[in-house]
Amino acid sequence: MKIDASKPLEYSTEENSNKIFGFWVFLGAEIALFATLFTVYLVMVNRFASGPSGPEIFEIGPVLYETFLLLSSSFTIGLAVHAMRHGYKKAMMVFIGITLLMGLAFAGIEVMEFLTYIHEGATLQTSGFLSSLFVLLGTHGAHVSFGLLWGGAILIQLWRQGINPATANKTFIFSLYWHFLDIVWIFIFSFVYLKGLM
Amino acid sequence: MDFERFKVHGEPLIYGAMISIALATIGIIIGLTYFKKWGYLWREWLTTVDHKRIGVMYILAALLMLFRGGVDAMMMRLQTAAPEMKFLDAQHYNEVFTTHGLIMILFMAMPFIIGLMNVIVPLQIGARDVAFPRLNAVSFWLFFFGAMLLNISFVIGGSPDAGWSAYFPLASLEFSPTVGNNYYSLALQISGIGTLLTGVNFIVTILKMRAPGMKLMKMPMFIWSALLTNVIIVFAFPVLTVALALMMFDRLFGSQFFTMSNGGMDMLWANLFWVWGHPEVYIVILPAFGIYSEIIATFSKKNLYGYTSMVFSMVIISLLSFLVWAHHFYTMGQGAMVNGFFSITTMAIAVPTGVKIFNWLFTLRKGRITFTTPMLYTLAFIPIFTIGGVTGVMLAMASADYQYHNTMFLVAHFHYVLIPGAVFAVIAGFHYWFPKVFGFRLNDRLGRHAFWWIAISFNVTFFPLFLLGLMGMTRRTYTYSAETGFGPLNSLSFVGAVGLCIGFVILVYNIYWSTRYMPKDTNGDPWDGRTLEWATNSPIPAYNFAIVPKVQTRDAFWTSKVDNIPLFEEKITKIHMPSNTGKPFIMGVIFFIFGFSMVFSLWIPAILAAVGIVIVMATMSFDRDHGFYISAEEVIATEKKLRGETV
Ligand code: HEM
Ligand SMILES: [Cu+2]
Repeated sequence: MKIDASKPLEYSTEENSNKIFGFWVFLGAEIALFATLFTVYLVMVNRFASGPSGPEIFEIGPVLYETFLLLSSSFTIGLAVHAMRHGYKKAMMVFIGITLLMGLAFAGIEVMEFLTYIHEGATLQTSGFLSSLFVLLGTHGAHVSFGLLWGGAILIQLWRQGINPATANKTFIFSLYWHFLDIVWIFIFSFVYLKGLM
Repeated sequence: MDFERFKVHGEPLIYGAMISIALATIGIIIGLTYFKKWGYLWREWLTTVDHKRIGVMYILAALLMLFRGGVDAMMMRLQTAAPEMKFLDAQHYNEVFTTHGLIMILFMAMPFIIGLMNVIVPLQIGARDVAFPRLNAVSFWLFFFGAMLLNISFVIGGSPDAGWSAYFPLASLEFSPTVGNNYYSLALQISGIGTLLTGVNFIVTILKMRAPGMKLMKMPMFIWSALLTNVIIVFAFPVLTVALALMMFDRLFGSQFFTMSNGGMDMLWANLFWVWGHPEVYIVILPAFGIYSEIIATFSKKNLYGYTSMVFSMVIISLLSFLVWAHHFYTMGQGAMVNGFFSITTMAIAVPTGVKIFNWLFTLRKGRITFTTPMLYTLAFIPIFTIGGVTGVMLAMASADYQYHNTMFLVAHFHYVLIPGAVFAVIAGFHYWFPKVFGFRLNDRLGRHAFWWIAISFNVTFFPLFLLGLMGMTRRTYTYSAETGFGPLNSLSFVGAVGLCIGFVILVYNIYWSTRYMPKDTNGDPWDGRTLEWATNSPIPAYNFAIVPKVQTRDAFWTSKVDNIPLFEEKITKIHMPSNTGKPFIMGVIFFIFGFSMVFSLWIPAILAAVGIVIVMATMSFDRDHGFYISAEEVIATEKKLRGETV
C-alpha cells in the first residue's frame, strides 16, 4: 500500500481518497432520499383528515433539546477529527464517545416524542399527514441509530489499532455522515417544527 | 401458523412451474455434487470480487431472466392470439404482464447492461478493477436475491398483479389483498439498493481510476454513457427507495400515504413512481447508445463523428430525463398548464436524440463497413428506434395522448424503443465483447441467422400493435370478442413472437456451438479495435493489464497501432489484488430471508434477519484483509502463456 505522507492520514492512500469521494457521492443519493421524503411531507402536511394537525401535537421543549444535542454532537465530532489530525488518540476517542452519547440522548428523546404522539392518539395509521411525519422523522432517527452502531464499531477499532490510515479514514467518513444528519435535522427543525408551530 | 397463505392454487400451469423449479433445483444440486463442483463454485464465483466474473454472473442472470420474461411474453401473446382464448384467466394474465414488465426492465435489461459495464468499464479506462471490488460483489448479490425473491412469488403466495407501475389505489391492500404487491415492494427494494451501490461504485471508478493521460474528453463513448447512467442511478434510485418504502408501510403497517381516505393521496404514488421510472428508461438506453457508438466506430474503421456533441447530447438527455415524468399520466387529472410543460420537455428530448442518430449516420458515411453480427444489430437499431422515437413524440402531445393512452399503441411504442434500444444493444455488446472475455468469437453465420429472425420477427410482433391501438384495443386486456375485429392482427403478432423465440433459440445454440468449435483467438484484438480493452490479452488475466497504459489520444489503442504511439512503457512490477470474500453472498442470502419474512409478515424471522444483516456489515467493517500481491515473475509467466508462448 503506497502511503502519501504529504496528505492528511485519512486521504493518504488511493483507496482512502476513493472511499471519501465515494462517500460524498453516496451523500448525493442521501440528499435525493431526504429531498423526496420532505416533498412527501410537504404534500401531506395539510392532509390530516380527522386526526390532529401539526400545531396540535408539536411541543417545542423536547425539540429544542434534540436540536441542542445534535448540533453540539456535530461540533464534538469535528473536534474528534481535529484531535485525530494531531494524533491524540485518547482525546479523539473521548470526543467520539461524547458524540455518540449525545446521539443516544437524541434518539431517546425522539422515541419519547413518538410515544407521546401515539399516546395522544396520533399514530402512523391516523392520517396522511402523520404517516409522512413519522416516516420522515423515523428515517432520520434510524440514520442516527445506525450511526450509533457504526460509531461504536469505529471506537472499538480505534481502541485496538490506534490511529492509522484505515481508522482515520473511517472516522473521517463517519464525521461526514454525522454532519450530514445534522444538516437534515436543521431542515426538519425549520420545515416541520418551526413551520408547524407558527 | 396458517400455511394456506403460501399456496397458490388451481392452475395446471402453476403446478407445472412448481415442478420444473423443483426439478431444476434438484438437478443443479445433484450435478454440482456429482462433478464435485461445490468448492469450485464457491471459490471461483460466489466469493469472487473480480469485476469480470461479477459481470459474467450479471449477464448469466440477465439471460435467465430474459428467458423467464420471454416465457411470460409468449403466454400473453398466446392468450390474445385469437378472440376468447381460454389459456390464462384474467388473474393470471394480470400477474403475467406485471412480472413480465418488472423482470424485463429491472432484472433483464438493467443487469445485462450493468454486467457489460462491469466487464468493460475498468478495461476501457485502463484500470485493474472497479474502485470498490467488495461493494461490487454486494451489489451483485443484492440484485440477484432481489430478483429471486420476485421470481418465487409465482409459486409461493402469488405474484404482483397491479401492473409493473403498481398504481394506487389498485395496488393497495384493499384492492390487492394477496401478498403479490408485498413481493413487489420488497424484491425491488433489495435489488434497488444493490443498483444504487453500483451507481456510487462506477462514478468513483470512472472519475478517479482512469489510466494516466485519459482526460474526460478522451474517454471512450461507452465510458461517458456509463458515467452519466450512474449519475442518473444515484439521483433516481433514492426516489424509488422512498416510494417502495411508503408502499410497504401502507400495505404492511396501515399507513395512509396512498389511500383513498384519511388524507391519503393515490396520485402521489404515480408521481413518485415515474420520477424514478422515466430516468430508469434512460438508465437502460444511454449505455446502449454507448455500446452502439463503440461498435459503429470499430466496424466503420473511423473515429466517432461529433464526439463533443455526442457527449453534450447525452448530458442534456440525462438532465431532461428528470423533467418529463408526468407524460405518463396526462389523462389523470392535472391541468392544461402542467400537461403543456411536460409535453414540451418530452418533445425536447427528441432533439439531442436526433443529434446522436445523425452523428452515427455521419460516422458510417464513407466508412469501410464490415457487416458483422454486432454491426447488424446496430444498423437495424437506427431505423427501428427512430420509429419508436417518432411514435414517442406522437404520445408526447398531451391532447393527442387522450386517444393513445393505455392502448396497444403505447405498448408498441415502448417495445419499439426498449427492444432495439436496450435488447439489441446488449446482444450486440454481448457478441462484440464475448471474445474478450472467453478468448474466442461467436460464430458469425449463426449470429446472422439469429439476427434476421429477431429483427424481422420483432417488427411482425409489434407493428400490428400500433394498428390495434389505433383501432381501440386497450393494453392489459386478457381477452376480446370476435366482433371487435382485433383477431387477425393479434394472430399475426403471435406469429412474430414465435419467430422471436426461434431467433433467441438460435442465439443460445450459437453460444453452445461456438464454445465447442470456434478457434481460440490469440492476439486479444479480433475486431481490430480502437479502445483499451483490446490492448490486453483475451481471456483477460485477473490483473487486467500487466502494465498500466499511458493514454495520449481518444482512440488510444487505435493510434498506438496506426501511429506507433507506445501504450505500455513501464516495467512489470508486482500487482496488488483484493482477496475474495463470502460475506457479500451471505449478506444477499440474509436479505432474501428478510424480504421473504416481511412479505408474509413473519416479524420474528424478519427481526432476526435484520440483526443478521447488521452483524455481517460489522464483520465487514472489522475485516483487516488488505489483499495480496501477484509477483512480477508470475505476471510475466501469465502474459507469456496467454500469448501462446511457451514459458
Ligand atoms: C421478447 C419479446 C417481447 C414480447 C413478445 C413482449 C410482449 C408484451 C406484451 C404482450 C405485453 C402486454 C401487453 C398488454 O396486454 O398490456 C407486454 C408488456 C410489457 N413489456 Fe413486453 N414483450 C417483449 C419484450 C419486452 C422487453 C425486452 C421489455 C423491456 C426491456 C418489455 C417491457 C414490457 C413492459 C414494461 C410491459 C408493461 C407491463 C405492464 O403493463 O405492466 N417487453 N410485453
Ligand atoms: Cu417517460
